[in-house]
Amino acid sequence: MKAHYGYKDGSGDYFIVVDTDKCDGCGKCVEACPPKVLEITENEYDIEGGTMATVKDEHRKKIKYSCAPCKPVAGERRLPCVLACEPKAISHSW
Amino acid sequence: MMTAGVDVGAKMAKVVILKDGHVLSRAKGLVGFDILKSAGDVFQKALKDAGISRGDLQRVAATGMGREAVLQKPPINADEVISEVVADAAGACQVVPTAKTVIDVGAEEGRGIKVEGGKVRDFVINERCAAGAGTFVETMARALEVRVEDMGPMSLRSTNTIPMNAQCCVFAESEVVTLIHAKTSKDDIAKAIHDAIAGRISSMVLRVGVEKDVVLIGGVALNPGFGPPLEKELNTKIIVPEYPEFVGALGAAVIAANPQR
Amino acid sequence: MAQVKTQEYWRWPEYRKTVSGRDWHKADIITAGVDIGSVGSKATVMVDGELYSYAIMRTGGVSEDTAIKVTEWALEGTGLEAEKLNYVVGTGYGRVNVPFAKRTITEIACHARGAHYIYGPTVRTVLDIGGQDCKAIRCDERGKVLSFLMNDKCAAGTGRGLEVFADLISVPISELGKVSLDVAQEPPPVSNTCVIFAKAESLALLRQGWPKEKVAAAYHSAMAERIVDLLTRVGVEKDFVVTGGVTNNVGIVQRLERILKIKPLEPQMEPILAGALGASLFAKALYEKEQGLR
Repeated sequence: MKAHYGYKDGSGDYFIVVDTDKCDGCGKCVEACPPKVLEITENEYDIEGGTMATVKDEHRKKIKYSCAPCKPVAGERRLPCVLACEPKAISHSW
Repeated sequence: MMTAGVDVGAKMAKVVILKDGHVLSRAKGLVGFDILKSAGDVFQKALKDAGISRGDLQRVAATGMGREAVLQKPPINADEVISEVVADAAGACQVVPTAKTVIDVGAEEGRGIKVEGGKVRDFVINERCAAGAGTFVETMARALEVRVEDMGPMSLRSTNTIPMNAQCCVFAESEVVTLIHAKTSKDDIAKAIHDAIAGRISSMVLRVGVEKDVVLIGGVALNPGFGPPLEKELNTKIIVPEYPEFVGALGAAVIAANPQR
Repeated sequence: MAQVKTQEYWRWPEYRKTVSGRDWHKADIITAGVDIGSVGSKATVMVDGELYSYAIMRTGGVSEDTAIKVTEWALEGTGLEAEKLNYVVGTGYGRVNVPFAKRTITEIACHARGAHYIYGPTVRTVLDIGGQDCKAIRCDERGKVLSFLMNDKCAAGTGRGLEVFADLISVPISELGKVSLDVAQEPPPVSNTCVIFAKAESLALLRQGWPKEKVAAAYHSAMAERIVDLLTRVGVEKDFVVTGGVTNNVGIVQRLERILKIKPLEPQMEPILAGALGASLFAKALYEKEQGLR
């Protein structure tokens, strides 16, 4: 299951996508994230349950701003959460 | 050499008349439905205050959202148009020669610019969302039933930090109404509003990197409540020059005087 | 001094209803689902998994109070008392608190389940347009969630955005959609998706002499395009259905169909109830599990 966390507003689309078919709840992305945007929660959308990485409630509506420091205008784009994820379960839409 | 810079913003038109590097006059006014007329009226006032006519000006440059509307059209007859980012960089370095990071927050847009010798190195624009600019403060002032000018002083009086969950102007309005019903002090609400917008602006500025000296310009810089939370978020001192809302127009006038730039 | 009553264009009708032909006295399992949205609250009462009665009202300042009020209203006149409810599930916006609910289930899961109830087992894509949010859900034949997206940051494309607009052009919100379709040719959409800026743009168009219908069309067009943008992020697979209060706006629904080139299924009952219906169905399943009936 693909969970999209974020929003679209007048300035653009900003979504962090977690693929629960790939995510094993290891938590490496949670540790890697500097502003601590992510957390591991129960997968409440699936009857099978399990755990998954999610964007914390308080960040879901301002993800553009929360993630901004990791997206410098100049220089290489290295997203700590994406790099930390071995199964490649997490991605950014912008 | 006499030039003029016209900054036609989303809300206000600003005009600066420059003679050999000195400001002769400044004028500003609301931009109405007829952009050319409103900007033209402000322009005429600036000319009058300086005691000159359009013919005395060697060159006029226009910037801002409505710049195309005044290009080669009377009474302004702008000779060229330049982007806000370029105008801001030139203007900020003119008033603060040591400027390295420029933050411009207007009515509808916020910009973070890395500058080097008056020129733009990197920039980021926070646009098209009212919650990232001055409109947010204005809309909330209406919800609080106070004047926009009072919002800053109110926020500075507050001693409590309360969270603001809504990230949209429209939803924040409802949230403010709920807070008022719950008897939250208006000063505290004003502070929450300023904290929220400072948080948004600073995250965007971090994308170009913060290097001293940091200069804040644009209409929102006139709000005394905006500087402190912004300084806190960026962890650095911020310089607000005199007449911060005119810096864009000043930059345009400076560029008009040096067309080789 | 004479009091001038200004019309509240943004106010939509609140009501309750008991479905005819159903009787709680003969039921084995009576459950309720309470969906507390940020703008509207809904309660549904089901007997043996079939809709019996419901109520829809505006969410008040204290959501716990609204939860109680809307449930009591759903039960009003039926003779059924709250104590006789076997199981209640709460759902809704954020960390919703329905004080008398035994379980709270995420609104995404409830909407997928509720959409299946309203529209049938062929549903694969659910678009929920609520008061303050927009949800796009892809599900399988059992109503299990395959993919979802929720946008609750921005008012554009939500009920609140339409409420603001109704006020602006002084048209009652329940007629807004119809008004927006009353144009010979579709005008270009307003360029700003931000409700605040779109409002200013619409005002300028009105001053330019555009009739209300044309301005409404331009605004609805922009809102519909924006909603489709979100939907295409999760992808659209037939059968496609729309739920939530904004389903009442024909101007939005018809434009969605036009852009997607897919006709949404016709609802057999009010789509705004999807969340509450899903919740009351989960309530039945949970009660049966509890009682060892499964």
